[in-house]
Amino acid sequence: MLTQRLLLSDRGGMLVLGLVVLMAIIVPICNLAVPGDSPLHVSNFTVGLLGKFLCFALLALSVDLIWGYAGILSLGHGAFFTLGGYGMGMYLMRQIGDRGVYGHPELMDFMVVLNWQELPWYWQGFDMFWFAMLMVLLVPGLLALAFGWLAFRSRVTGVYFAIITQALTYALMLAFFRNEMGFGGNNGLNDFKEILGFDLAAQATRVGLFIASAIALVLGYLACRYIVTSRAGRVIVSIRDAESRTRFCGYQVESYKLWLFVFSAMLAAVAGALYVPQVGIINPGEFAPLNSIEMVVWVATGGRGTLFGAIVGAFSVNYAKTFFTTYSPETWLFILGGLFVLVTLLLPKGIVGLFDRFRRKGEK
Amino acid sequence: MNPLNRLRETWRPDQVFDLVQPTPTFDKSLDTKHGPILYVEDVSVSFDGFKALNNLNLYIDDGELRCIIGPNGAGKTTMMDVITGKTKPDSGSVYFGQRINLLKLSEHAIARGGIGRKFQKPTIFEALSVFENLELATASNKHVWYTLNHHLSGEQRDRIDEVLTQIGLTNHYQQEAGALSHGQKQWLEIGMLLVQNPRVLLVDEPVAGMTGEEVEHTAQLLTSLKGRHSVIVVEHDMAFVRSIANKVTVLHQGSVLAEGSMDQVQSDPRVVEVYLGE
Amino acid sequence: MNPLCRITPRHTLPAVLLWLTCLLPLHANAQTTDSAPEETPSTAAAEAQQPTFEQLVQQLAGGSLRDRAATVNQLSSQSDERLADVFNALVAGDLLANKDKPPVIAIRDGERLTDALSGADLTGTQRLRRIPVNNSLRTQLRGQVAQLNLNHPNTDKRYAAVERFIRDGVDDETAALLRAHQQVEDSGRVQDAITTALAVYQLQSDDRAIRLAAIDELSGSLEQEARNALRGIAENDADAELRSAAAEAIESIQSRISFYRFVENLFFGLSLGSVLLLAAIGLAITFGVMGVINMAHGELIMIGAYTTWGVQVLFPDLIEWSLLIAVPAAFLITALVGIAIERGVIRFLYGRPLETLLATFGLSLVLQQAVRTLFSPLNRSVSSPEWISGTLSINPVLSITYTRLYILIFGLMVFFALMLVMKRTTLGLKVRAVSQNRAMARAVGVRSSWVDALTFGLGSGVAGVAGVALSQLTNVGPNLGQAYIIDSFMVVVFGGVGNLWGTLVSAMSLGLINNFLEPYAGAMLAKVLVLIMLILFIQKKPKGLFPQKGRAAAD
Repeated sequence: MLTQRLLLSDRGGMLVLGLVVLMAIIVPICNLAVPGDSPLHVSNFTVGLLGKFLCFALLALSVDLIWGYAGILSLGHGAFFTLGGYGMGMYLMRQIGDRGVYGHPELMDFMVVLNWQELPWYWQGFDMFWFAMLMVLLVPGLLALAFGWLAFRSRVTGVYFAIITQALTYALMLAFFRNEMGFGGNNGLNDFKEILGFDLAAQATRVGLFIASAIALVLGYLACRYIVTSRAGRVIVSIRDAESRTRFCGYQVESYKLWLFVFSAMLAAVAGALYVPQVGIINPGEFAPLNSIEMVVWVATGGRGTLFGAIVGAFSVNYAKTFFTTYSPETWLFILGGLFVLVTLLLPKGIVGLFDRFRRKGEK
Repeated sequence: MNPLNRLRETWRPDQVFDLVQPTPTFDKSLDTKHGPILYVEDVSVSFDGFKALNNLNLYIDDGELRCIIGPNGAGKTTMMDVITGKTKPDSGSVYFGQRINLLKLSEHAIARGGIGRKFQKPTIFEALSVFENLELATASNKHVWYTLNHHLSGEQRDRIDEVLTQIGLTNHYQQEAGALSHGQKQWLEIGMLLVQNPRVLLVDEPVAGMTGEEVEHTAQLLTSLKGRHSVIVVEHDMAFVRSIANKVTVLHQGSVLAEGSMDQVQSDPRVVEVYLGE
Repeated sequence: MNPLCRITPRHTLPAVLLWLTCLLPLHANAQTTDSAPEETPSTAAAEAQQPTFEQLVQQLAGGSLRDRAATVNQLSSQSDERLADVFNALVAGDLLANKDKPPVIAIRDGERLTDALSGADLTGTQRLRRIPVNNSLRTQLRGQVAQLNLNHPNTDKRYAAVERFIRDGVDDETAALLRAHQQVEDSGRVQDAITTALAVYQLQSDDRAIRLAAIDELSGSLEQEARNALRGIAENDADAELRSAAAEAIESIQSRISFYRFVENLFFGLSLGSVLLLAAIGLAITFGVMGVINMAHGELIMIGAYTTWGVQVLFPDLIEWSLLIAVPAAFLITALVGIAIERGVIRFLYGRPLETLLATFGLSLVLQQAVRTLFSPLNRSVSSPEWISGTLSINPVLSITYTRLYILIFGLMVFFALMLVMKRTTLGLKVRAVSQNRAMARAVGVRSSWVDALTFGLGSGVAGVAGVALSQLTNVGPNLGQAYIIDSFMVVVFGGVGNLWGTLVSAMSLGLINNFLEPYAGAMLAKVLVLIMLILFIQKKPKGLFPQKGRAAAD
């Protein structure tokens, strides 16, 4: 029953998930077991890149859930992603212990530089993995809860919501840039050594993180599927299409929006937490409003309102980004900007919609 | 209530809103022993100096079918907004039965409590099928966590079937709602009110843009509801009003100008003046 | 008076320009003093009998001390710009000469040597030797120099002269001089400074009553020296009554200072507000009136700033005029870009605000990158015309930079000009009609697509004009626009969408709030706090400070 609901009725989703699972199996084998001179070998760089893309895909899912299904455009999802990343980063920093440049057993290097005497209260507990992971979920979740509660209750919708979420991530960026915040200021958190006792520099650990990201993406996808196929999911779509009607049907529209927003924020935070150990750094630049808007474009490109479309979009746009920033960095912003315009003008349903159109033409 | 139950009540996951800002629900049972089910008393609403409602008094009896007419800007839609909680009045009171103060309730609570509303322009969920539209509207627990894993009971299915027959859309139940004709959309919207088992139905211009046949069908549908539900119909089409109403209220400049049977109202010189001008 | 003013073809220039030009005479003093030296030779030629200024200065080099005193006497009757400098140098022993015929006369200023007559830099050893003076000549000169400076036509110079007296200490002779000058001085600022100088002098008096009166006089003075003198008395003087009087005077000075600090803060707040206003006012049109989200608004501002740079590069000789040329140029260019954006993208997206937001954001990226590719990713340097630089010092603790003052005035002018366009022109009427009921406006014969394009062009043009102003305050680079976009949206939303007055009030109040928070919280945190406050405010009043009311607004 549940499999039917989550998977079988969703052919595109099955295809995309199948590819993700396949990738999660083949890439590690081709990286670790196949010798470096074989044409089948997957380089360490590629593993890192794909791992990043998997995190972005999870992030795109969270954006699609709130924008594609509930019609709420959040330009602040980068904030939740980054907060999740900082949570993980704080855990990784605590794992450095006395191996920092200044060799202080408890304080981070940047705290020593600032001449701080003791660990700030909000850094307490982050040496425990479970606590850090709890915070990765709780802090963005609570922020989304408070912010969403205020916004949805006063019926802030549409562009207004988009603008204030953008202001939120902008404010967080400015705040995290300050050294006094105790999150490393400009430089952020970096120079991580190990996670759960595994050396972060070791390729096996990196492959492990890659697999973990793939698993998180699959689980995240299924959770989103569960929500959108439930009756609550239909209520959410109804809110998008006819908010007032839904309200007069007796649904408390605000609380649907709120819980979806909170869930989406937590999903984004998980993506951020998985992203940080793979790239080895988290800094306030991740809060930049541009990042949050870029996520929206992944979803728009892939096809909003279909969950697998978000994954397709995240992979394709990020692949293009890697390609162009390597071979012709000048053109990337032209292409990204052009993509914004083209997708909104010509492809309102994204790549997935394009395929659908072709398929329908073929059937006729 | 013992403390444990109270605690359980407080921590119900869907009650987080109430925890911070308590919203009263239909905790008291509906009391209509004095006759009227809806009391609208001395209600005034003004927008930026313009008085949309001016000391409006209106009483609707339980099971009654009431038609409300009036020229443009008479305050008909504003009156509906006030009853359904969309607009809060500057002064006055609105009671549902004798004990439930509607002014303290939010839109969704009023809708859950048994006051359904059909809009002027048909608003249905166009992307969903006819059946799903009705399913969404069906009376049941509408809290977030409940709907996350909920399936229709046999009883609810029966009720939906019953309403489908009533609105004449049984053969269309799998069709996408957006593909229905204009008249069918109007009926579907009425159907969506009916599956909520409301006590009061507010119907705004149900026959606007309908063909003659459709108007007739709508008239039948609305009169069949009489007795089981109280129905308030706002309409411009006089022939239609005459065909369904036994009691008509005329609104003018935000207050009641005349009330009575269609013939009484039409012979009232003030009504004639308002409609025909000097 | 002002050369710029005279030849401006006023009637052909738009009103904005006219206004700007009329503001110029504020600086007239600075301009007239520059032209003075050129006139000297002709006057000298007319009076050929008398020795010229040049000859007299050259005479200083030779002869005995007595001859020199005579020359000084002759010189002091000359009214030449350079005289004060020559005398000052002579007193300080910084006037040098060599044995050439005619000798080169040089003024030494630290390591630097300049020709006393031509003002040119002198390099190399020309065997310059100090022109000797004795004490009696020095005393004579001091009086002359003081007199000269006090009679200088420039208020700032006179003020500086009095300031120097206060700093160097006032003796009986200078006190007499100051008293005499006070009778003829017409600038209030200089008058006040003289009063302070005299009071500081009287503090040294033997008469207790005079000293008390002097303390009383000084209690209102904002001069640093006055405070020092009073502090000296409050701490060290033997007389208890004098000590307490001085302490009281210091206190009253402090309260005046804090008042002026407040005024200064107020001004800076308003100035910041005017920057916000300029950045947001175009948005108030496109977003507020048309309901179109234009995320490329910041880039239009940037294009306006680059236009200023372009004008300065194209006409390097017209730096003084560059802003006046740039304002209409930037308006035209950005208005055209805006119309292109509207016709090319936005018109397909009416009624889909979120899509508009994304598409225009894409455009903003393209515009940024285009500027980066065309010019450079580095900041361009835009120079400021002379009439906009400098400061206006109102008193010793309160001084205002002309740039900020002009931008404040300019911001308000743009605002009222726009207000006028919206309220008094047919375009404005049509814009308001379309924004209220598109179908109806179309039905009565308004070409709504034409109006859309023009409105968008107007909003964009104003953004360009804002860019010209901002080019005087910040770095002109490809990222200029990004810095302002979120703030501008906040201003518009805070003020209430569709309400130009609301935009004015909200821009000014945000500027003030930001500026008053800054000393307590630091620049970064102040900004964060303002953002948080705004986010909370919008939750509380989603329609802004001045919401549109009524039936139309409710739908």
